[in-house]
Amino acid sequence: MSLTTPLTRNVRDDRRPTDMAAYEANGGYQGLRAALAQSPEDCLQVLKDSNLRGRGGAGFPTGMKWSFVPMGDKCSPGHKYLICNADEMEPGTFKDRLLLECDPHQLIEGMIVSAYTLQADVAYIFIRAEYHQATRLLQEAIAACHEKGYLGQDILGTGYQLEMHVHSSAGRYICGEETALISSLEGKRANPRAKPPFPQVSGLWGRPTIVNNVETLCNVHHIIERGAEWFKSLGLTEDAGTKLYGVSGRVKNPGCWELPMGTPVRQIIEEYAGGMEDGYNLKGFLPGGGSTDFLTEEHLDLAMDYDTIGKAGSRMGTGTMIILDDKTCPVGFVKNLVAFFARESCGFCTPCRDGLPWSAQVLDDIQNGRGQEEDMDTLARQVKFIGAIGNTHCALAPGAMEPLQSAMKYFPEAFENHLSGNCPHCNGGTH
Amino acid sequence: MSEANSMNLISALSQEELQAIDAEIAHVPYRDAVAIDALKIVQAHRGWVSDESLSAIAAHLHMSADELDGIATFYNLIYRRPVGDKVILLCNSISCWIKGCDNLQQRITEELGVELGETTSDNRYTLLPVTCLGACDKAPVMMVGDELHEDLCEESIIRILGGSTTP
Ligand SMILES: Cc1cc2nc3c(=O)[nH]c(=O)nc-3n(C[C@H](O)[C@H](O)[C@H](O)COP(=O)(O)O)c2cc1C
Ligand code: SF4
Ligand code: FES
Repeated sequence: MSLTTPLTRNVRDDRRPTDMAAYEANGGYQGLRAALAQSPEDCLQVLKDSNLRGRGGAGFPTGMKWSFVPMGDKCSPGHKYLICNADEMEPGTFKDRLLLECDPHQLIEGMIVSAYTLQADVAYIFIRAEYHQATRLLQEAIAACHEKGYLGQDILGTGYQLEMHVHSSAGRYICGEETALISSLEGKRANPRAKPPFPQVSGLWGRPTIVNNVETLCNVHHIIERGAEWFKSLGLTEDAGTKLYGVSGRVKNPGCWELPMGTPVRQIIEEYAGGMEDGYNLKGFLPGGGSTDFLTEEHLDLAMDYDTIGKAGSRMGTGTMIILDDKTCPVGFVKNLVAFFARESCGFCTPCRDGLPWSAQVLDDIQNGRGQEEDMDTLARQVKFIGAIGNTHCALAPGAMEPLQSAMKYFPEAFENHLSGNCPHCNGGTH
Repeated sequence: MSEANSMNLISALSQEELQAIDAEIAHVPYRDAVAIDALKIVQAHRGWVSDESLSAIAAHLHMSADELDGIATFYNLIYRRPVGDKVILLCNSISCWIKGCDNLQQRITEELGVELGETTSDNRYTLLPVTCLGACDKAPVMMVGDELHEDLCEESIIRILGGSTTP
Protein backbone atom coordinates (compact mmCIF):
# COMPACT_ATOMS: atom_id res chain seq x y z
CA MET A 1 0.00 0.00 0.00
CA SER A 2 1.37 3.40 -0.78
CA LEU A 3 2.22 5.67 2.10
CA THR A 4 -0.50 8.29 2.67
CA THR A 5 0.64 9.82 5.96
CA PRO A 6 4.41 10.04 5.58
CA LEU A 7 4.96 12.67 8.26
CA THR A 8 3.20 10.90 11.10
CA ARG A 9 3.81 7.26 10.28
CA ASN A 10 6.06 6.97 13.33
CA VAL A 11 3.84 9.03 15.62
CA ARG A 12 2.29 6.87 18.31
CA ASP A 13 -0.81 7.65 20.32
CA ASP A 14 1.21 7.96 23.51
CA ARG A 15 3.59 10.30 21.65
CA ARG A 16 6.65 8.32 22.71
CA PRO A 17 9.68 9.34 20.64
CA THR A 18 10.89 7.05 17.86
CA ASP A 19 14.55 6.08 18.32
CA MET A 20 17.11 5.15 15.67
CA ALA A 21 16.31 1.42 15.75
CA ALA A 22 12.55 1.91 15.40
CA TYR A 23 13.04 4.59 12.78
CA GLU A 24 15.28 2.40 10.63
CA ALA A 25 13.02 -0.62 11.08
CA ASN A 26 10.24 1.42 9.48
CA GLY A 27 12.25 2.36 6.40
CA GLY A 28 14.20 5.23 7.94
CA TYR A 29 17.28 6.64 6.19
CA GLN A 30 16.29 5.02 2.91
CA GLY A 31 15.48 8.48 1.56
CA LEU A 32 19.03 9.50 2.38
CA ARG A 33 20.42 6.53 0.46
CA ALA A 34 18.13 7.31 -2.47
CA ALA A 35 19.31 10.93 -2.49
CA LEU A 36 23.01 10.10 -2.30
CA ALA A 37 22.59 7.81 -5.32
CA GLN A 38 21.52 10.85 -7.37
CA SER A 39 23.15 14.15 -8.18
CA PRO A 40 22.11 17.24 -6.18
CA GLU A 41 20.73 18.71 -9.42
CA ASP A 42 18.47 15.68 -9.91
CA CYS A 43 17.24 15.94 -6.32
CA LEU A 44 16.42 19.62 -6.81
CA GLN A 45 14.51 18.82 -9.99
CA VAL A 46 12.38 16.22 -8.18
CA LEU A 47 11.66 18.71 -5.46
CA LYS A 48 10.63 21.39 -7.95
CA ASP A 49 8.41 18.92 -9.76
CA SER A 50 6.78 17.89 -6.48
CA ASN A 51 5.26 21.33 -5.93
CA LEU A 52 6.19 21.29 -2.22
CA ARG A 53 5.36 24.64 -0.63
CA GLY A 54 6.84 25.99 2.60
CA ARG A 55 4.88 24.96 5.69
CA GLY A 56 6.13 27.85 7.85
CA GLY A 57 3.22 30.08 6.91
CA ALA A 58 3.87 31.78 3.58
CA GLY A 59 3.57 28.72 1.33
CA PHE A 60 6.47 29.73 -0.90
CA PRO A 61 7.48 26.96 -3.36
CA THR A 62 10.48 25.23 -1.79
CA GLY A 63 12.15 24.13 -5.03
CA MET A 64 12.03 27.66 -6.39
CA LYS A 65 13.39 29.10 -3.15
CA TRP A 66 16.31 26.67 -3.29
CA SER A 67 17.04 27.37 -6.94
CA PHE A 68 18.41 30.82 -5.97
CA VAL A 69 21.24 29.27 -3.98
CA PRO A 70 24.52 29.51 -5.93
CA MET A 71 25.80 26.04 -6.81
CA GLY A 72 29.13 24.58 -7.90
CA ASP A 73 31.52 27.06 -9.52
CA LYS A 74 28.96 29.84 -9.12
CA CYS A 75 29.37 29.66 -5.34
CA SER A 76 32.37 31.39 -3.81
CA PRO A 77 34.47 29.18 -1.55
CA GLY A 78 33.26 28.89 2.04
CA HIS A 79 30.39 27.53 4.04
CA LYS A 80 26.84 27.11 2.84
CA TYR A 81 24.16 26.80 5.49
CA LEU A 82 20.85 25.04 5.94
CA ILE A 83 18.74 26.17 8.88
CA CYS A 84 15.67 24.49 10.26
CA ASN A 85 13.19 26.95 11.72
CA ALA A 86 11.88 25.19 14.84
CA ASP A 87 10.97 28.40 16.63
CA GLU A 88 7.21 27.64 16.55
CA MET A 89 5.63 30.51 18.47
CA GLU A 90 2.77 31.66 16.27
CA PRO A 91 -0.23 31.84 18.62
CA GLY A 92 -2.43 28.80 18.12
CA THR A 93 0.25 26.74 16.37
CA PHE A 94 1.23 23.32 17.70
CA LYS A 95 2.31 21.17 14.78
CA ASP A 96 6.12 21.29 14.71
CA ARG A 97 6.29 20.21 18.35
CA LEU A 98 4.58 16.96 17.36
CA LEU A 99 7.13 16.23 14.63
CA LEU A 100 10.07 17.21 16.82
CA GLU A 101 9.05 15.22 19.87
CA CYS A 102 7.68 12.11 18.20
CA ASP A 103 10.06 11.58 15.30
CA PRO A 104 13.31 13.58 15.56
CA HIS A 105 15.09 11.33 13.04
CA GLN A 106 12.57 12.23 10.36
CA LEU A 107 13.58 15.88 10.61
CA ILE A 108 17.25 15.00 10.61
CA GLU A 109 16.95 12.75 7.57
CA GLY A 110 14.98 15.48 5.79
CA MET A 111 17.69 17.97 6.67
CA ILE A 112 20.57 15.77 5.50
CA VAL A 113 18.85 15.20 2.16
CA SER A 114 18.05 18.92 1.88
CA ALA A 115 21.62 19.91 2.74
CA TYR A 116 22.94 17.41 0.20
CA THR A 117 20.66 18.86 -2.47
CA LEU A 118 21.91 22.36 -1.66
CA GLN A 119 25.47 21.13 -1.08
CA ALA A 120 25.42 22.81 2.31
CA ASP A 121 28.14 21.73 4.73
CA VAL A 122 26.73 23.09 7.99
CA ALA A 123 23.17 22.75 9.28
CA TYR A 124 21.52 24.34 12.31
CA ILE A 125 18.27 23.53 14.03
CA PHE A 126 17.06 26.78 15.60
CA ILE A 127 14.67 25.64 18.29
CA ARG A 128 12.71 27.67 20.81
CA ALA A 129 14.07 27.47 24.35
CA GLU A 130 10.93 25.99 25.86
CA TYR A 131 11.12 22.81 23.74
CA HIS A 132 13.50 21.11 26.19
CA GLN A 133 12.52 17.55 25.40
CA ALA A 134 12.77 18.04 21.65
CA THR A 135 16.17 19.70 22.03
CA ARG A 136 17.50 16.73 23.97
CA LEU A 137 16.00 14.21 21.54
CA LEU A 138 17.54 16.02 18.57
CA GLN A 139 20.96 16.09 20.21
CA GLU A 140 20.74 12.36 20.90
CA ALA A 141 19.55 11.68 17.36
CA ILE A 142 22.47 13.66 15.89
CA ALA A 143 24.92 11.64 17.99
CA ALA A 144 23.29 8.42 16.78
CA CYS A 145 23.65 9.62 13.17
CA HIS A 146 27.37 10.16 13.65
CA GLU A 147 27.71 6.58 14.83
CA LYS A 148 25.88 5.32 11.77
CA GLY A 149 27.81 7.49 9.34
CA TYR A 150 24.75 9.53 8.36
CA LEU A 151 26.46 12.72 9.52
CA GLY A 152 30.10 13.76 9.62
CA GLN A 153 33.09 13.78 7.30
CA ASP A 154 32.23 11.13 4.72
CA ILE A 155 28.54 10.32 4.75
CA LEU A 156 27.94 6.65 3.84
CA GLY A 157 31.26 6.64 1.98
CA THR A 158 30.17 9.19 -0.63
CA GLY A 159 32.61 11.92 0.36
CA TYR A 160 29.74 14.30 1.17
CA GLN A 161 30.24 15.97 4.55
CA LEU A 162 27.81 17.72 6.85
CA GLU A 163 27.90 18.90 10.44
CA MET A 164 24.68 19.61 12.33
CA HIS A 165 24.10 21.69 15.44
CA VAL A 166 21.10 22.41 17.64
CA HIS A 167 20.76 26.02 18.76
CA SER A 168 18.39 26.50 21.66
CA SER A 169 17.00 30.03 21.49
CA ALA A 170 16.29 32.47 24.31
CA GLY A 171 12.74 33.60 23.56
CA ARG A 172 11.03 36.31 21.43
CA TYR A 173 8.52 35.49 18.72
CA ILE A 174 10.35 37.61 16.14
CA CYS A 175 13.16 35.02 16.05
CA GLY A 176 10.86 32.95 13.82
CA GLU A 177 11.07 35.52 11.01
CA GLU A 178 13.83 34.06 8.88
CA THR A 179 16.17 37.04 8.67
CA ALA A 180 15.68 37.83 12.37
CA LEU A 181 16.49 34.18 13.03
CA ILE A 182 19.75 34.60 11.16
CA SER A 183 20.60 37.69 13.23
CA SER A 184 19.87 35.73 16.38
CA LEU A 185 21.95 32.76 15.28
CA GLU A 186 24.84 35.18 14.77
CA GLY A 187 24.48 36.10 18.43
CA LYS A 188 22.78 39.45 17.92
CA ARG A 189 19.45 41.04 18.75
CA ALA A 190 16.83 39.41 16.56
CA ASN A 191 16.11 42.33 14.23
CA PRO A 192 14.96 41.35 10.75
CA ARG A 193 17.15 42.33 7.81
CA ALA A 194 16.31 44.11 4.60
CA LYS A 195 15.80 41.97 1.50
CA PRO A 196 17.56 41.95 -0.94
CA PRO A 197 20.10 40.55 -0.45
CA PHE A 198 18.13 37.38 0.08
CA PRO A 199 19.50 34.81 2.53
CA GLN A 200 19.95 32.35 -0.35
CA VAL A 201 22.79 34.59 -1.53
CA SER A 202 23.87 36.36 1.66
CA GLY A 203 22.52 34.92 4.89
CA LEU A 204 24.27 33.58 7.96
CA TRP A 205 27.64 35.37 8.23
CA GLY A 206 27.14 36.61 4.68
CA ARG A 207 27.07 33.11 3.23
CA PRO A 208 24.35 31.40 1.14
CA THR A 209 21.67 30.20 3.55
CA ILE A 210 18.35 28.44 3.33
CA VAL A 211 15.81 28.64 6.16
CA ASN A 212 12.90 26.22 6.13
CA ASN A 213 10.19 25.20 8.53
CA VAL A 214 10.30 21.85 10.38
CA GLU A 215 7.32 20.41 8.51
CA THR A 216 8.71 21.48 5.14
CA LEU A 217 12.03 19.73 5.77
CA CYS A 218 10.32 16.59 7.09
CA ASN A 219 8.79 16.09 3.62
CA VAL A 220 11.97 16.31 1.57
CA HIS A 221 13.46 12.81 1.86
CA HIS A 222 10.02 11.22 1.38
CA ILE A 223 9.72 13.10 -1.90
CA ILE A 224 13.20 12.11 -3.07
CA GLU A 225 12.56 8.48 -2.17
CA ARG A 226 9.05 8.15 -3.61
CA GLY A 227 9.01 10.76 -6.34
CA ALA A 228 7.18 13.94 -7.27
CA GLU A 229 4.13 12.16 -8.70
CA TRP A 230 3.55 10.24 -5.46
CA PHE A 231 3.72 13.51 -3.50
CA LYS A 232 1.31 15.31 -5.81
CA SER A 233 -1.13 12.40 -5.64
CA LEU A 234 -1.43 12.90 -1.86
CA GLY A 235 -3.16 16.29 -2.17
CA LEU A 236 -6.87 16.65 -2.92
CA THR A 237 -6.44 19.94 -4.79
CA GLU A 238 -3.74 21.68 -6.80
CA ASP A 239 -1.53 21.87 -3.71
CA ALA A 240 0.57 18.80 -3.17
CA GLY A 241 1.29 16.50 -0.25
CA THR A 242 -0.23 16.18 3.17
CA LYS A 243 -0.55 18.87 5.81
CA LEU A 244 -0.56 18.85 9.58
CA TYR A 245 -3.86 20.52 10.41
CA GLY A 246 -4.78 21.53 13.91
CA VAL A 247 -7.84 22.84 15.72
CA SER A 248 -7.88 24.59 19.09
CA GLY A 249 -10.56 26.48 20.97
CA ARG A 250 -13.92 25.21 22.17
CA VAL A 251 -14.18 22.04 20.12
CA LYS A 252 -14.79 18.57 21.53
CA ASN A 253 -11.50 17.08 20.46
CA PRO A 254 -8.78 19.68 19.91
CA GLY A 255 -5.75 18.19 18.19
CA CYS A 256 -3.43 17.93 15.23
CA TRP A 257 -3.76 15.48 12.32
CA GLU A 258 -1.91 14.74 9.11
CA LEU A 259 -4.47 14.87 6.31
CA PRO A 260 -4.41 15.27 2.55
CA MET A 261 -3.65 18.84 1.52
CA GLY A 262 -6.93 20.50 0.60
CA THR A 263 -9.11 18.67 3.13
CA PRO A 264 -12.28 20.79 3.59
CA VAL A 265 -12.37 23.00 6.68
CA ARG A 266 -15.69 21.50 7.77
CA GLN A 267 -14.30 17.99 7.74
CA ILE A 268 -11.33 19.01 9.87
CA ILE A 269 -13.49 20.78 12.44
CA GLU A 270 -16.45 18.42 12.53
CA GLU A 271 -14.92 15.03 11.86
CA TYR A 272 -11.45 15.28 13.38
CA ALA A 273 -11.99 17.91 16.05
CA GLY A 274 -15.39 16.41 16.89
CA GLY A 275 -17.37 19.62 16.30
CA MET A 276 -18.08 22.35 18.83
CA GLU A 277 -18.25 21.68 22.56
CA ASP A 278 -21.83 21.33 23.78
CA GLY A 279 -23.41 24.72 24.27
CA TYR A 280 -21.03 26.51 21.93
CA ASN A 281 -21.50 27.49 18.29
CA LEU A 282 -18.90 28.46 15.75
CA LYS A 283 -18.76 32.18 15.06
CA GLY A 284 -15.52 32.35 13.10
CA PHE A 285 -12.05 30.90 12.83
CA LEU A 286 -8.49 31.89 12.08
CA PRO A 287 -7.32 29.31 9.51
CA GLY A 288 -3.65 29.16 10.38
CA GLY A 289 -2.42 30.95 13.47
CA GLY A 290 -2.81 34.36 15.09
CA SER A 291 -1.72 36.42 12.11
CA THR A 292 -4.35 35.21 9.66
CA ASP A 293 -7.68 36.85 8.79
CA PHE A 294 -10.93 35.53 10.25
CA LEU A 295 -13.17 33.39 8.10
CA THR A 296 -16.71 32.43 9.08
CA GLU A 297 -19.37 29.77 8.66
CA GLU A 298 -19.79 30.56 4.96
CA HIS A 299 -16.21 29.38 4.40
CA LEU A 300 -16.54 25.99 6.06
CA ASP A 301 -16.75 24.09 2.79
CA LEU A 302 -13.56 25.55 1.41
CA ALA A 303 -10.54 23.36 0.87
CA MET A 304 -7.72 24.05 3.31
CA ASP A 305 -4.99 24.84 0.83
CA TYR A 306 -2.87 27.92 0.20
CA ASP A 307 -4.69 29.23 -2.87
CA THR A 308 -8.27 28.52 -1.80
CA ILE A 309 -7.91 30.12 1.62
CA GLY A 310 -5.96 32.98 0.03
CA LYS A 311 -8.76 33.68 -2.43
CA ALA A 312 -11.26 33.77 0.44
CA GLY A 313 -9.33 36.72 1.89
CA SER A 314 -7.26 35.00 4.51
CA ARG A 315 -4.15 32.80 4.57
CA MET A 316 -3.72 29.14 5.36
CA GLY A 317 -0.67 30.17 7.39
CA THR A 318 0.45 27.31 9.60
CA GLY A 319 -2.75 25.29 9.03
CA THR A 320 -3.60 25.25 12.72
CA MET A 321 -7.02 26.83 13.17
CA ILE A 322 -8.23 28.77 16.15
CA ILE A 323 -11.98 28.69 16.69
CA LEU A 324 -13.92 31.73 17.85
CA ASP A 325 -17.10 30.50 19.54
CA ASP A 326 -20.31 32.42 20.13
CA LYS A 327 -19.68 32.86 23.86
CA THR A 328 -16.25 34.45 23.48
CA CYS A 329 -16.05 38.17 22.81
CA PRO A 330 -14.48 38.96 19.42
CA VAL A 331 -13.15 42.26 20.79
CA GLY A 332 -11.37 40.50 23.64
CA PHE A 333 -10.11 37.89 21.20
CA VAL A 334 -8.43 40.40 18.90
CA LYS A 335 -7.19 42.47 21.80
CA ASN A 336 -5.35 39.43 23.10
CA LEU A 337 -3.74 38.98 19.68
CA VAL A 338 -2.86 42.62 19.06
CA ALA A 339 -1.44 42.95 22.58
CA PHE A 340 0.64 39.87 21.89
CA PHE A 341 2.07 41.31 18.69
CA ALA A 342 2.72 44.64 20.42
CA ARG A 343 4.67 42.85 23.14
CA GLU A 344 6.65 40.89 20.58
CA SER A 345 7.54 43.82 18.29
CA CYS A 346 11.31 43.88 17.93
CA GLY A 347 11.22 47.67 18.12
CA PHE A 348 13.14 48.28 14.91
CA CYS A 349 10.56 50.31 12.99
CA THR A 350 8.14 52.95 14.19
CA PRO A 351 4.75 51.87 12.77
CA CYS A 352 5.11 48.57 14.58
CA ARG A 353 6.91 49.67 17.73
CA ASP A 354 4.57 52.61 18.37
CA GLY A 355 1.56 51.62 16.27
CA LEU A 356 0.81 48.20 17.75
CA PRO A 357 0.74 49.36 21.39
CA TRP A 358 -1.58 52.15 20.26
CA SER A 359 -3.93 49.67 18.57
CA ALA A 360 -3.83 47.48 21.67
CA GLN A 361 -4.65 50.50 23.84
CA VAL A 362 -7.60 51.52 21.65
CA LEU A 363 -8.93 47.95 21.79
CA ASP A 364 -8.45 47.90 25.55
CA ASP A 365 -10.41 51.13 25.85
CA ILE A 366 -13.23 49.73 23.72
CA GLN A 367 -13.24 46.46 25.64
CA ASN A 368 -13.36 48.18 29.01
CA GLY A 369 -16.10 50.70 28.31
CA ARG A 370 -13.86 53.70 27.66
CA GLY A 371 -14.36 53.56 23.89
CA GLN A 372 -15.68 56.35 21.66
CA GLU A 373 -17.22 56.15 18.19
CA GLU A 374 -14.06 57.80 16.77
CA ASP A 375 -12.01 54.86 17.99
CA MET A 376 -13.37 52.79 15.13
CA ASP A 377 -11.95 55.33 12.67
CA THR A 378 -8.64 55.22 14.48
CA LEU A 379 -8.57 51.43 14.21
CA ALA A 380 -9.49 51.58 10.53
CA ARG A 381 -6.63 54.00 9.91
CA GLN A 382 -4.20 51.82 11.83
CA VAL A 383 -5.27 48.75 9.90
CA LYS A 384 -4.71 50.63 6.66
CA PHE A 385 -1.27 51.99 7.50
CA ILE A 386 0.25 49.34 9.73
CA GLY A 387 -1.33 46.60 7.66
CA ALA A 388 0.17 47.73 4.36
CA ILE A 389 3.12 45.61 3.31
CA GLY A 390 6.07 47.92 2.83
CA ASN A 391 5.25 50.38 5.60
CA THR A 392 7.06 48.21 8.10
CA HIS A 393 10.42 46.47 8.03
CA CYS A 394 8.98 42.95 8.32
CA ALA A 395 5.69 41.08 8.19
CA LEU A 396 5.02 41.01 11.95
CA ALA A 397 3.04 44.24 12.02
CA PRO A 398 0.89 43.57 8.91
CA GLY A 399 0.23 40.11 10.36
CA ALA A 400 -1.01 41.69 13.57
CA MET A 401 -3.61 43.66 11.60
CA GLU A 402 -5.10 40.62 9.86
CA PRO A 403 -7.29 39.33 12.71
CA LEU A 404 -8.25 42.93 13.63
CA GLN A 405 -9.32 44.06 10.17
CA SER A 406 -11.32 40.89 9.56
CA ALA A 407 -12.99 41.07 12.97
CA MET A 408 -14.08 44.62 12.14
CA LYS A 409 -15.46 43.33 8.84
CA TYR A 410 -17.26 40.22 10.08
CA PHE A 411 -18.21 41.14 13.64
CA PRO A 412 -18.94 44.90 13.61
CA GLU A 413 -21.74 44.37 16.14
CA ALA A 414 -19.22 43.14 18.69
CA PHE A 415 -17.47 46.51 18.61
CA GLU A 416 -20.78 48.40 18.64
CA ASN A 417 -21.99 46.41 21.63
CA HIS A 418 -18.91 47.43 23.54
CA LEU A 419 -19.23 51.07 22.54
CA SER A 420 -22.81 51.12 23.77
CA GLY A 421 -21.83 49.28 26.93
CA ASN A 422 -23.72 46.05 26.49
CA CYS A 423 -21.52 43.26 25.31
CA PRO A 424 -23.36 40.02 26.09
CA HIS A 425 -20.08 38.20 26.73
CA CYS A 426 -18.20 40.65 28.85
CA ASN A 427 -21.21 41.18 31.10
CA GLY A 428 -21.55 37.71 32.49
CA GLY A 429 -20.18 35.74 29.58
CA THR A 430 -16.94 33.85 29.61
CA HIS A 431 -14.87 36.96 29.02
CA MET B 1 41.09 46.93 28.65
CA SER B 2 44.44 45.46 29.67
CA GLU B 3 44.88 41.73 29.43
CA ALA B 4 45.35 41.34 33.17
CA ASN B 5 42.19 43.27 33.80
CA SER B 6 40.21 41.15 31.40
CA MET B 7 41.57 37.90 32.92
CA ASN B 8 40.48 39.21 36.25
CA LEU B 9 36.95 39.73 34.99
CA ILE B 10 36.78 36.33 33.31
CA SER B 11 37.78 34.63 36.54
CA ALA B 12 34.22 35.23 37.71
CA LEU B 13 33.23 32.28 35.48
CA SER B 14 33.81 28.66 36.50
CA GLN B 15 36.01 26.29 34.50
CA GLU B 16 32.90 24.33 33.62
CA GLU B 17 31.17 27.40 32.25
CA LEU B 18 34.23 28.46 30.28
CA GLN B 19 34.62 24.99 28.80
CA ALA B 20 30.99 24.90 27.70
CA ILE B 21 31.32 28.36 26.13
CA ASP B 22 34.55 27.41 24.35
CA ALA B 23 32.87 24.30 22.92
CA GLU B 24 30.31 26.63 21.30
CA ILE B 25 33.02 28.98 20.03
CA ALA B 26 34.70 26.03 18.28
CA HIS B 27 32.05 25.80 15.57
CA VAL B 28 31.37 29.44 14.73
CA PRO B 29 33.49 31.93 12.78
CA TYR B 30 33.44 34.73 15.40
CA ARG B 31 33.68 34.55 19.18
CA ASP B 32 30.82 36.99 19.76
CA ALA B 33 28.51 34.74 17.72
CA VAL B 34 28.02 32.62 20.83
CA ALA B 35 26.79 35.54 22.94
CA ILE B 36 23.35 34.03 23.48
CA ASP B 37 24.67 30.52 24.07
CA ALA B 38 27.15 31.89 26.61
CA LEU B 39 24.45 33.82 28.46
CA LYS B 40 22.34 30.65 28.58
CA ILE B 41 25.22 28.53 29.81
CA VAL B 42 25.94 30.88 32.69
CA GLN B 43 22.26 31.21 33.49
CA ALA B 44 21.91 27.42 33.57
CA HIS B 45 24.60 27.34 36.28
CA ARG B 46 23.54 30.38 38.29
CA GLY B 47 19.86 30.86 37.63
CA TRP B 48 20.36 34.37 36.23
CA VAL B 49 22.97 36.67 34.72
CA SER B 50 24.39 39.20 37.17
CA ASP B 51 26.36 42.30 36.14
CA GLU B 52 29.52 40.52 37.21
CA SER B 53 28.73 37.44 35.09
CA LEU B 54 27.79 39.67 32.17
CA SER B 55 31.11 41.53 32.29
CA ALA B 56 32.97 38.23 32.54
CA ILE B 57 31.19 36.74 29.52
CA ALA B 58 31.73 39.94 27.54
CA ALA B 59 35.44 39.95 28.31
CA HIS B 60 35.73 36.31 27.32
CA LEU B 61 33.96 37.00 24.01
CA HIS B 62 35.98 40.18 23.39
CA MET B 63 32.89 42.38 23.46
CA SER B 64 31.94 45.36 25.58
CA ALA B 65 29.62 44.66 28.49
CA ASP B 66 27.11 47.18 27.12
CA GLU B 67 26.99 45.47 23.78
CA LEU B 68 26.34 42.14 25.45
CA ASP B 69 23.71 43.67 27.72
CA GLY B 70 21.90 45.00 24.65
CA ILE B 71 21.63 41.41 23.48
CA ALA B 72 20.78 39.96 26.89
CA THR B 73 17.92 42.38 27.49
CA PHE B 74 16.37 41.67 24.09
CA TYR B 75 15.59 38.06 24.97
CA ASN B 76 12.84 37.39 27.47
CA LEU B 77 14.33 34.11 28.67
CA ILE B 78 17.64 35.66 29.70
CA TYR B 79 17.12 36.83 33.26
CA ARG B 80 19.08 39.91 34.24
CA ARG B 81 17.54 39.88 37.70
CA PRO B 82 17.42 36.98 40.17
CA VAL B 83 14.49 34.62 39.71
CA GLY B 84 13.01 32.02 42.02
CA ASP B 85 14.08 28.36 42.10
CA LYS B 86 11.57 27.70 39.37
CA VAL B 87 10.12 30.03 36.78
CA ILE B 88 6.44 29.63 35.99
CA LEU B 89 5.83 30.42 32.32
CA LEU B 90 2.10 30.88 31.99
CA CYS B 91 0.88 30.89 28.40
CA ASN B 92 -1.40 33.85 27.77
CA SER B 93 -1.71 33.52 24.00
CA ILE B 94 -4.99 33.14 22.22
CA SER B 95 -6.01 29.49 22.62
CA CYS B 96 -5.14 29.57 26.32
CA TRP B 97 -6.98 32.88 26.68
CA ILE B 98 -10.12 31.35 25.15
CA LYS B 99 -9.84 28.61 27.77
CA GLY B 100 -9.52 31.04 30.66
CA CYS B 101 -5.84 31.69 31.34
CA ASP B 102 -6.72 35.10 32.81
CA ASN B 103 -8.60 33.41 35.63
CA LEU B 104 -5.74 31.01 36.19
CA GLN B 105 -3.33 33.90 36.44
CA GLN B 106 -5.52 35.52 39.03
CA ARG B 107 -5.71 32.27 40.95
CA ILE B 108 -1.91 31.92 40.95
CA THR B 109 -1.58 35.51 42.10
CA GLU B 110 -3.97 34.85 45.00
CA GLU B 111 -2.25 31.63 45.93
CA LEU B 112 1.38 32.70 45.64
CA GLY B 113 0.98 36.40 46.33
CA VAL B 114 2.82 37.46 43.18
CA GLU B 115 1.86 39.35 40.05
CA LEU B 116 3.45 38.76 36.65
CA GLY B 117 7.16 39.52 36.88
CA GLU B 118 7.40 38.94 40.64
CA THR B 119 9.10 36.30 42.78
CA THR B 120 7.53 34.69 45.84
CA SER B 121 8.94 35.79 49.18
CA ASP B 122 10.23 32.25 49.85
CA ASN B 123 12.03 32.44 46.48
CA ARG B 124 10.36 29.30 45.16
CA TYR B 125 8.69 30.76 42.09
CA THR B 126 8.87 33.63 39.64
CA LEU B 127 5.72 34.15 37.58
CA LEU B 128 6.09 35.23 33.94
CA PRO B 129 3.81 35.28 30.89
CA VAL B 130 4.95 33.39 27.81
CA THR B 131 4.09 33.15 24.13
CA CYS B 132 2.00 30.22 22.88
CA LEU B 133 3.77 27.08 24.06
CA GLY B 134 2.76 24.98 21.07
CA ALA B 135 0.33 22.90 23.10
CA CYS B 136 -2.88 24.76 22.22
CA ASP B 137 -4.89 21.53 21.94
CA LYS B 138 -4.21 21.08 25.67
CA ALA B 139 -5.00 24.68 26.63
CA PRO B 140 -4.63 26.24 29.09
CA VAL B 141 -1.01 25.33 29.74
CA MET B 142 2.03 26.52 31.69
CA MET B 143 5.60 25.45 32.27
CA VAL B 144 7.09 25.14 35.72
CA GLY B 145 10.84 24.88 35.33
CA ASP B 146 11.39 22.60 32.34
CA GLU B 147 8.09 20.80 32.71
CA LEU B 148 4.93 21.43 30.71
CA HIS B 149 1.55 21.17 32.45
CA GLU B 150 -1.51 20.81 30.26
CA ASP B 151 -5.30 21.10 30.52
CA LEU B 152 -4.99 23.27 33.61
CA CYS B 153 -7.81 24.18 35.92
CA GLU B 154 -7.82 26.12 39.18
CA GLU B 155 -7.48 22.95 41.25
CA SER B 156 -4.67 21.40 39.25
CA ILE B 157 -2.70 24.64 39.33
CA ILE B 158 -2.70 24.69 43.10
CA ARG B 159 -1.74 21.02 43.23
CA ILE B 160 1.18 21.57 40.85
CA LEU B 161 2.46 24.61 42.67
CA GLY B 162 2.27 22.82 45.98
CA GLY B 163 -0.17 24.99 47.84
CA SER B 164 0.09 28.42 49.32
CA THR B 165 3.35 30.20 49.98
CA THR B 166 1.68 33.41 51.06
CA PRO B 167 3.07 34.37 54.46
C1 LIG C 1 6.95 37.45 12.72
C2 LIG C 1 7.18 36.17 12.01
C3 LIG C 1 7.35 34.99 12.74
C4 LIG C 1 7.59 33.78 12.09
N1 LIG C 1 7.73 32.65 12.84
C5 LIG C 1 7.99 31.47 12.22
C6 LIG C 1 8.18 30.28 12.97
O1 LIG C 1 8.13 30.26 14.21
N2 LIG C 1 8.44 29.13 12.30
C7 LIG C 1 8.54 29.10 10.93
O2 LIG C 1 8.80 28.05 10.36
N3 LIG C 1 8.35 30.21 10.20
C8 LIG C 1 8.10 31.39 10.81
N4 LIG C 1 7.95 32.52 10.04
C9 LIG C 1 8.14 32.43 8.59
C10 LIG C 1 9.63 32.52 8.25
O3 LIG C 1 9.99 33.87 8.08
C11 LIG C 1 9.99 31.80 6.96
O4 LIG C 1 9.15 32.25 5.96
C12 LIG C 1 9.87 30.31 7.06
O5 LIG C 1 10.63 29.78 8.11
C13 LIG C 1 10.32 29.71 5.74
O6 LIG C 1 10.14 28.33 5.78
P1 LIG C 1 9.23 27.59 4.71
O7 LIG C 1 9.58 28.15 3.35
O8 LIG C 1 9.63 26.17 4.87
O9 LIG C 1 7.82 27.85 5.08
C14 LIG C 1 7.68 33.74 10.67
C15 LIG C 1 7.50 34.91 9.96
C16 LIG C 1 7.26 36.12 10.60
C17 LIG C 1 7.07 37.35 9.79
S1 SF4 D 1 7.54 45.26 11.82
FE1 SF4 D 1 7.85 45.11 14.05
S2 SF4 D 1 8.93 43.19 14.35
FE2 SF4 D 1 9.15 43.73 12.15
S3 SF4 D 1 11.06 44.95 12.03
FE3 SF4 D 1 9.41 46.43 12.39
S4 SF4 D 1 9.39 46.66 14.65
FE4 SF4 D 1 10.50 44.78 14.21
S1 FES E 1 -2.03 29.45 23.02
FE1 FES E 1 -1.29 28.58 24.85
S2 FES E 1 -0.21 26.88 24.12
FE2 FES E 1 -0.81 27.82 22.27
